[in-house]
Amino acid sequence: MRKALALLLASVLVSLGATAWGAEKTIKLGVVAELTGDMPAVGASCRNAAEMAVKEINAAGGLQIGKEKMKVQLVVEDNAGKADQSAAAAQKLITQDEVLAIVGPNASRYAIPAAEIAESSETVLITPWSTNPKATLDTNTNAPKKYVFRACFIDPFQGGVLAKFALEDLKAKKAAVLYDVASDYNKGIAEVFKTNYEKMGGKVVAFETYTTNDKDFSAQLTKIKDAKPDVVFLPNYYSEVPLQVQQAKRLGINVPFIGSDSWGSNELLTLGGADLNGYYFSTHYAADNAAPAAKKFIADYEKVYGTKPDDVAALTYDAFGLLFGALKSAGKADRDAIRVALSTLPSYQGVTGDMKFQADSRDPIKSAVILQIKDGKFTYFTNATP
Amino acid sequence: MSEVVVYWLQQALNALQLGSIYALIALGYTLVYGILTMINFAHGDVFMVGAFFCFLAATYLGLPFVPTLLLTMLGAALLGVMIERLAYKPLRQAPRVSAIITALGVGIFLENFTLALAPYPKHIPPLLENVTWDLGGVSLSSLQVIIIFLSLGLMFLLDYIVHRTPVGMAMRAISWDKTFVPLMGIPVDLIISVTFAIGAGLAGAAGTMYGLAYPVIDPYMGIMVGWKAFISAVVGGIGNIRGAMIGAFILGGVEIMVTAFFPSTYRDFVAFTLLMILIVVRPYGILGKPRTQKV
Repeated sequence: MRKALALLLASVLVSLGATAWGAEKTIKLGVVAELTGDMPAVGASCRNAAEMAVKEINAAGGLQIGKEKMKVQLVVEDNAGKADQSAAAAQKLITQDEVLAIVGPNASRYAIPAAEIAESSETVLITPWSTNPKATLDTNTNAPKKYVFRACFIDPFQGGVLAKFALEDLKAKKAAVLYDVASDYNKGIAEVFKTNYEKMGGKVVAFETYTTNDKDFSAQLTKIKDAKPDVVFLPNYYSEVPLQVQQAKRLGINVPFIGSDSWGSNELLTLGGADLNGYYFSTHYAADNAAPAAKKFIADYEKVYGTKPDDVAALTYDAFGLLFGALKSAGKADRDAIRVALSTLPSYQGVTGDMKFQADSRDPIKSAVILQIKDGKFTYFTNATP
Repeated sequence: MSEVVVYWLQQALNALQLGSIYALIALGYTLVYGILTMINFAHGDVFMVGAFFCFLAATYLGLPFVPTLLLTMLGAALLGVMIERLAYKPLRQAPRVSAIITALGVGIFLENFTLALAPYPKHIPPLLENVTWDLGGVSLSSLQVIIIFLSLGLMFLLDYIVHRTPVGMAMRAISWDKTFVPLMGIPVDLIISVTFAIGAGLAGAAGTMYGLAYPVIDPYMGIMVGWKAFISAVVGGIGNIRGAMIGAFILGGVEIMVTAFFPSTYRDFVAFTLLMILIVVRPYGILGKPRTQKV
């Protein structure tokens, strides 16, 4: 009730403002983020970067759409780290707030249900960080969805990159994998890694699972230890990886650990500390090896929020960049026009590198980097192609 | 030692560690039930708050292990007494179901109160220098030893308090009869508060040990672990202190063994099926005795 009242007041104020200054028009864009739940750091980065992108565009007088300059209004919804609430939040943004387009959710297990809603409501949704192919594919036909885009690479690419890295850079012939079988992202990339690694001549000696929110991995890790791998792959989220590495070390597993882009939150360093020193993971961009255009974003973000932007922040910022670009080239504030403009957008230079959507796909072509955790910092290690 | 033996010894050790954690929480459930025949469903969340007390003491006060443990137990005990005084005492004469619903409510309150203050998972710094011994291939960490011995020690201490001290005698008297015991000059309210203080203090100890073994903590960590501890207490025979311990070790063992043989997704369903069969065979739990109603 109070929330509804606040919304009503806000909308009255906005409309008053609009009539008072006459010409100024606003467009609404939505964000669905994991603000609470099991990965709040991901949601916070997403919201921070979204607010920054919008603030910048409004400070420049608004977005040039057709002949008018329009201000952007941001509506942020929390999905509480739950699949059903992700769908509900997307639904609310589309029908109640009538946003033009949505950015988020980030984790695949939340992005996939929200993407279903966006697709059926014919509203563009860009997920910044969901790398699972299913997010942008139709569940029945496996053809690309019409309205769902992403700002990142996909897991078949990332899994290939990591398999190659483990074999060639780490010279590891035997790998073990421990992954969350109840989470789309973790399961997807674990399987892709296994396929690629074995195709390239490696051997996966243990392929162990657990379920979201488990804290004790000792039984699985004992099995992994028994299989004597050269490297352990942990494609899991930042709040779980430190526990897994710590317990593995306590059991006497002393081989390198590698991870995927789900490691990329600064929270990993807070939670994992020295235990993770020296290990590698693949991700979307390296803050310490970024393009000149990205440097301004990194410096601005650090000034406002006091920490370096992680990959979620960078990708969210790029998702908004793509959206603004599409709105400009569409020339009108219309949901379907945004979709058409996005899919035909020429190469976009973002913080996380150049990206472009292919004609028949919603997944941009871009490259990955491998980072190393060194002295409590993410350090650029190498560029990666599969 | 042959590799197979090493492997199974290692798994047995894992089970012992997990079982000890469940046991520490199960003791609190069983104590409160044994005295008041009330299932304190907020217990798992008191355990969670205990882990956060441990985080605060270790991070902001920078205390070493023993003071952290004692302070956490004290803080949790105070919380337990407060919950009893504010939420359960007014309902002591109310139907049993009201007390259970209130307990669930207190649990949800604690979860969301903690969530509001600490939305991010927290990291508990390593309070103990961890040493890992290699015993012919079996890894034994000093933390495991401490967890197992602490839970055994606290169990014997609790057993001693309940069966060998005047306070324990008063507790057992109250568990028999709440109407006439006050006439013998026993301060019922005080004894019930002491019961809750001890139960919650044990949850505080469990929170500390859990926080050291699995150092990433969040406001929802108490739910599943709390349920499992409750089930351990029921399997062992709720109200029975040694039974809770045995139940916890059985549950820990079954969980580890299921994960060792099957995919991890089978764990809870196989474990709970086995426990249900056990309850059907022994409805009062392993060490439990049917309660005779006094007329």
